[in-house]
Parts: sequence; structure tokens; C-alpha cells
Amino acid sequence: MTVLLAAAAATLFAIGTYLLLQRKLSRIIIGLGLLTHGANILLISAGVRGEPPIIEGAETSSFADPLPQALALTAIVITFGVTTLLLALAFRSWLLTDDDEVQDDLADRHVAGHDATRDETEDQQELIAWEERR
Amino acid sequence: MRWLLPVPIVLPLLGAGLTVLVGRARAVQRSVGLVTLTLSTIAAVALLISVDRDTTLLDTAGGHHARMGIVLVADRFASVLLVVAEVALLAVLVYAIGEPGAERKHVGFQSAYLILSAGVAGSLLTGDLFSLFVSFEMMLTASYVLLTLGGQREQVRAGMTYIIVSLIASTLFVTALALLYSATGTVNMADLAGRIGTLPHGTRTAFAVLLIVVFGIKAAIFPLFFWLPDSYPTAPSPITAVFAGLLTKIGVYAMVRTQLLLFPADSRPVTLLLVLAALTMVVGVLGAIAQDDIRRLLSFTIVSQIGFMVMGLGFFTRAAIAALIFSMVHHIIVKTSLFLVAGMVEEVGGDNRLSRLGGLVRRAPFLSALFLLAALSLAGVPPFSGFISKLSLLEAGIAQRQYAMVTIALVVGLLTLFAMAQVWTSAFWSRGEATPATASGPSVAPNAPRAMLLPTAALVAVSLSIALAAGPIYRFCERAATDLLDRGSLVTRVLER
Repeated sequence: MTVLLAAAAATLFAIGTYLLLQRKLSRIIIGLGLLTHGANILLISAGVRGEPPIIEGAETSSFADPLPQALALTAIVITFGVTTLLLALAFRSWLLTDDDEVQDDLADRHVAGHDATRDETEDQQELIAWEERR
Repeated sequence: MRWLLPVPIVLPLLGAGLTVLVGRARAVQRSVGLVTLTLSTIAAVALLISVDRDTTLLDTAGGHHARMGIVLVADRFASVLLVVAEVALLAVLVYAIGEPGAERKHVGFQSAYLILSAGVAGSLLTGDLFSLFVSFEMMLTASYVLLTLGGQREQVRAGMTYIIVSLIASTLFVTALALLYSATGTVNMADLAGRIGTLPHGTRTAFAVLLIVVFGIKAAIFPLFFWLPDSYPTAPSPITAVFAGLLTKIGVYAMVRTQLLLFPADSRPVTLLLVLAALTMVVGVLGAIAQDDIRRLLSFTIVSQIGFMVMGLGFFTRAAIAALIFSMVHHIIVKTSLFLVAGMVEEVGGDNRLSRLGGLVRRAPFLSALFLLAALSLAGVPPFSGFISKLSLLEAGIAQRQYAMVTIALVVGLLTLFAMAQVWTSAFWSRGEATPATASGPSVAPNAPRAMLLPTAALVAVSLSIALAAGPIYRFCERAATDLLDRGSLVTRVLER
């Protein structure tokens, strides 16, 4: 059982990491979801297995450790909230750019002195302004 | 005085709920925010006095045993940072209300801001690693909202990076917690400190490094800092100020706390910390010099200053830890005021690019004076507080015979001065023939509103008084450092309850 949980966590971590390295926002968000699930499974597997705790008449020594489960629940709720916010932002990003790609940082390119070849008008204006200043 | 412990966490949370309820009644909302943060500041000061006079305070939620329940601990280190944090939060809130920007446009500002302050207080006061995780999340989630207020294209882009990077750090934190729990069976920091000693040496070092990575992302140390100069400048200026002053320092706090409390002296990754510190300092300051945007420039200097703090931690001596605490106190105040000044420069000058600003010293002499004082303090020019913080760090380094680190720190200090002088000459001192009011540019205010100037001036005054009262404050920092290095007494105090 422990090996199975460890293997599940490892698989989730692997797929999550792969998806995180993509340039599409939707894939990154799915990747983050898988990654956090991997961490939560790891958290659950940290506890001792056993009978359900706090049941009348049961042997105290055979109880499962309830603490990791409580911790995992809290972690799940937090991740849920943040993922929702992330999805909302991704939607906003799609509304603004008509694209699912992660955008480059304009100021970085300015400092590096690269020629930006993006065709968005806003970028172009910025670039022209920057050329003038130089 | 034990009842004071939860106040800085619970009160802002209640306030946040209340600000949601009163909704669009902005006057009520503002007074709730101001009253809550004022009371939290008073509670923090009372805590500091009580902790320094008597002893470390602790409180367990619901009266459970420390191993089971949620423990709040206030020692000297936590309570001094709490006071400084609350002062900075209060000043920035006044500034935000005075600024014709984010706070006026967004109903949710006050609520998110109060949750942020509760998260900051929680991170400082908590006694177990899982509550630290929860407090971090509280603080970070509020910061996600504040960073992307307005939903501009640039904000959404930078906010995405920021959230994803922070979320990865949080996932690593949960992973570290899971591994620590399966190795030791506890997440209480005091309990962990005892049990971690029984683990094999390699496992202990692995945990130490894992926690450095987790908190290193939040503290923005090399090579995990790239998200900071990218995302911070896009937020509304009061938000950038509070992020710059507080959030990274909470990361440093967590790093110092975990490294010093949890791990015995033989599993400390000293070389790793010092190498990271040196690279953080150098890369940060070089990045700052290359920038044109004033807020990006200041963001890079945060990274460089974090390097100084990590260097203090890397020495692991009493003098170095005392210097580290002093520089954290100094840095929170100075950095916040610098960013507040940068916000006003944008307001008065109509632009945030150094190449388009100029002649501010004639148009806004008071603002220029504020910038000069804060910038000189950051660069470590005597007699300001930055000088004392750098001097004490360097002294600790010389005592440890870490001459290479000391040399790097000195060069970085010089370069910081150069970066600050660059801002001064191009934005304030120059002729200012460039009239910034272009057709697309925002309207240029004749001078910053008084409600923005006053809190900034107050923060600069606090920074100056830190320099004036450096003796007593430094002695306090030494006492706090002694507490931190004496692992045993805190552990027994927490576990005896």
C-alpha cells in the first residue's frame, strides 16, 4: 500500500513537472493541480494506517493517525481556492491577449536590447518609444 | 499578557469580514481598516515590551497540548519583526487611502489588505510548521489578489508568474512537511527540534536544504529570485511597497527560524548559504544598475539586500544573527518608504522611467529629501541605519575570517550606492528639460497629496530614529540572537505546557 501511494505520488510529480514546463497556461494550471495532488498523497501516506479513530470501544493502539489527513484536507482546500483564482486569471489573460501562451516580459526585452518582433500594437508603441529614447 | 498573542491575527481577520459586509460604504470600510491595524500595532508593541521584560510568551489554541494543538509563540525575534511589520502596514494603508489609485477604485482592497496583515502576523507568531504553511498561504493568496487588482494586461502576465512560482514553493513546502512528518511524527517546531537530532546526518541536511529552497523562493534568493523584479513593479504602488518591505522578509524570517531552531549545528549547510548569499547580492545589484524603470530598479535592490541577510544567517554566530535581525528591521522600514516615494515620483513626475523623469528636486523638494534620506540609508552611508546594519554584518564576517564574503559585500554596497545615485541624478537632480506630460501620459500633479507624503515621512522618521537609537536596538537584537541560538530553552518552554 505504501509503495502504491509512493508510486502514485511520484507519477503525479513527474507528469505535473512536465506540464509545468509547457508554454500554454491551461497546461501549466493542470500541471500545478497534479503536482499539488502528488504532495497531498505524500502527506496522507506519512500517517500510520489503521482503524477509524474516535469510535467507541475500539482499541486505541489500532487507530489510524488522523493528523496527516487533517493536514491534507487543509492543503486541498487551499489549493482549490488558489487554483480557482489562477483559472480566473488565465481567463482574463485570454480575454486580453486572445491567446493561451505565457507572455514575455516587455521590460526584460528592453533591458536586454532585443528586437521584439511581436505584432501587438501596444508592444510596438513601447518599442518605438524605447528606440527614441536610445 | 498571553491573551494578546492571537490579537494581531484574529483582529485583522474579523476586520476583513466586516469590510466585506459593509461593502461599498467606503468611509466605514476605511475606518475599520485603520482601527484594526492601529489596534494590532498597539498589541504588537505591548507584546514586544512584555516579551523583552519577562520571557517568551506562548499560547495554545483550545488549550490542547503543544504537540496536538496550534501553538502561538512570541519570542524577541518574532515580536520585534511583528512591531515593524504592523507599523509598515499601517503607514502603507494611510498612503493607499490618500492615493488616487488602487484603494479608491477597488472595493476588495481593504479586505485583501487586512487578510494579508493577518497572514504576516500569523507567519511570525506561529509555533508549528503547518500553521506556518497556512499563514503563508493566507498572506500569499491576499497578495495574489492585491497584485492583480485592476486586471491590466501587464498585471495579469506578471501575476500569473508570481502565483505559479509561489504555488510551486507551497507544493514543495507541503512535500517537506509530509517527509518531515513521516520521519519524525510531528510538525510542531519545538518538538521537531528535539526529534530531528535522532535522524541520520544526511537526512537532516536534506531537510535543511529542502526548507532553504522552499523559503528561498519566497525570500527571492539566487537563483530563485527571477519572479520578483518581474511581478512587483506591476502592482499599484502602495501594494508594491508593502510586498517589497514585508513579504520577502517573512521568507527570510522563516528561513532563519527553521535553520536555527530545527537543525543542530552539524547539519547546517553553511557553504551553500554563503555561496547563495554572495550570488544573490551580486546579481541583484547588477540587475538594479541595468534598469530604467525606477520600481524595477528598487525591486532588484531588494534581491541584493536579501543576499546580505542570508550572509548573516550563513555565518551562524551570535553577532551575525544580531546583525541580521537589525538589518531586517532596518530594511522593512527603508524599503517600504523607498517604494512609497517611487509611487509619488510617478504621481508627480508622470512617469516611472528614469530617462523620462527629471528636475524633481525643484518641483517637489520635500519628496526629493525623503528619497535622498531613504536611499542613503539603503546604500549604507553613515550615519543612517543601513550603515549600522552593514557595519555589524561585516564585523561579524571579519570575526569569522570570511574575508571573501566581506569583500563581496563591500563592493555590492558601493554598487548599491551607485544605483541609488543613478536614480538621484537622473530623476531628481538633473535639469528636467523633458516635459513628461505627453499626449498618452497621465496628468502631472503639482505635488503629491499630503495623505501620501505624511505616512512616507513618518516611515523615514522611524528609519532615522532607528539610527539614533541604534545602541539600545542593537543590544535588543543581541538578546534576541542569544534566544535564537539557545535552542533548548524555547523547546522546553513550549513542550512543558
